Amino acid sequence: MLTKRIIPCLDVKDGRTVKGTKFVDLRDAGDPVDLASRYSDEGADELVFLDISASKEGRKTFFSVVERVARAIQIPFTVGGGISDVVDVLRALDAGADKVSLNTAIVEHPEFLFEASAAVGSQSLVAAIDAKRKGSGWCVWTKGGSEETDLDAVAWAQEAVRRGAGELLITSMDSDGMKEGYDLDLLRTISLCTSIPVIASGGAGTREHIRDAITIGRADAVLAASIFHYQQISIIDIKEFLQTNKIPVRL
Amino acid sequence: MIGIIDYGAGNIRSVGNALNRLGQPFFVSKDIAELQGATKLILPGVGEARSAMTSLGKIGILQWLTTVNVPFLGICIGMQILFEHSDERDTACLGIVPGRISRFDETKLKVPHIGWNQVNAKANNPLFNKIRDNEYFYFVHSFRAPVGPDTIGITQYGEAFSAAVQKQNFYGVQFHTEKSGAAGIQVMKNFIELC
Repeated sequence: MLTKRIIPCLDVKDGRTVKGTKFVDLRDAGDPVDLASRYSDEGADELVFLDISASKEGRKTFFSVVERVARAIQIPFTVGGGISDVVDVLRALDAGADKVSLNTAIVEHPEFLFEASAAVGSQSLVAAIDAKRKGSGWCVWTKGGSEETDLDAVAWAQEAVRRGAGELLITSMDSDGMKEGYDLDLLRTISLCTSIPVIASGGAGTREHIRDAITIGRADAVLAASIFHYQQISIIDIKEFLQTNKIPVRL
Repeated sequence: MIGIIDYGAGNIRSVGNALNRLGQPFFVSKDIAELQGATKLILPGVGEARSAMTSLGKIGILQWLTTVNVPFLGICIGMQILFEHSDERDTACLGIVPGRISRFDETKLKVPHIGWNQVNAKANNPLFNKIRDNEYFYFVHSFRAPVGPDTIGITQYGEAFSAAVQKQNFYGVQFHTEKSGAAGIQVMKNFIELC
């Protein structure tokens, strides 16, 4: 049976892992390659690395981190952050990543998703959507959560599927870093109206939150950062908990 | 030495990393003369069938591939093109293994099939030596191979499909051995040592 995936996410700035609350207030959380190996050994199903470096130097360091990660672990990983054209996509995959996560660039240039899927196939493309509640729905934000757009998050998710995304990574900006649970309405709405896997992100604080993202939010995978970095809950604990809740996991 | 066929597939580096981990020397080449000297061949693959066949055609090895007599391992698309035909952009494939590759039913399932799923392996096939029953492997694909006489591993996603096949010296796995943790490494080790 296809299992639900647990995906630790590592935000990387100038070669180091960092984690903040609501996209700001960054704290150092260790060497990304060490963390990647630890997570892989502990049963992570996949990993995500997001480059949040602002400088050219930081970007260079990031790709060397990707190469080191690919040598250190044998589970799939996705890289994202600032990938803005097909050259960047190929560079990330050549460095050893399995998938790339695309965010701001596909909002600004929707044809980029078409081009990227023609070049590498949908299976390597994750459309990342940062969504924030607005009125009765959610609106899409870009540039690391700093710029509001006029796109509706649900409509944009459907559009991204049509344009060639292979997975959706849905981050609730309202919940991110708060450890009060995922935005289940957002997840469920998007999961029920699209035909590709949905990865839940933003808000994990307990095992119950992760279970609810799967059972109520209908997510196919759950992503979390801080609960893993600071060893609040282990991956194996989560998986055993999910299994007792009759959710298929790889153990 | 093991030869990895270089036709621009995205996971060549990952397959190389896995072989390095096993301490196994290998070379990567698109040159037919060099590939003919390999003791074993690996055809990696990510992407879609048509462009894989086109790229293999461009490097001039399509004809030769069907005549290879050393142990051969196709991974993902590298397995699918062993079949006769793929519905993915209506592509004629190598025809080593009988059958047709078709798309998962999107009206019933999330497509692509992404993640860790179990493989029910045929007893005593060397490729699955030391692999526990119903072990998990990592899959990423939208098209799948039918179950037939050459199937050596079955996975369920909506229905049963071939997760692994063998026809004489030709082995194929739909899952990514190079990304399936310790179990995936064991399958590569089995291919190297036992097949």
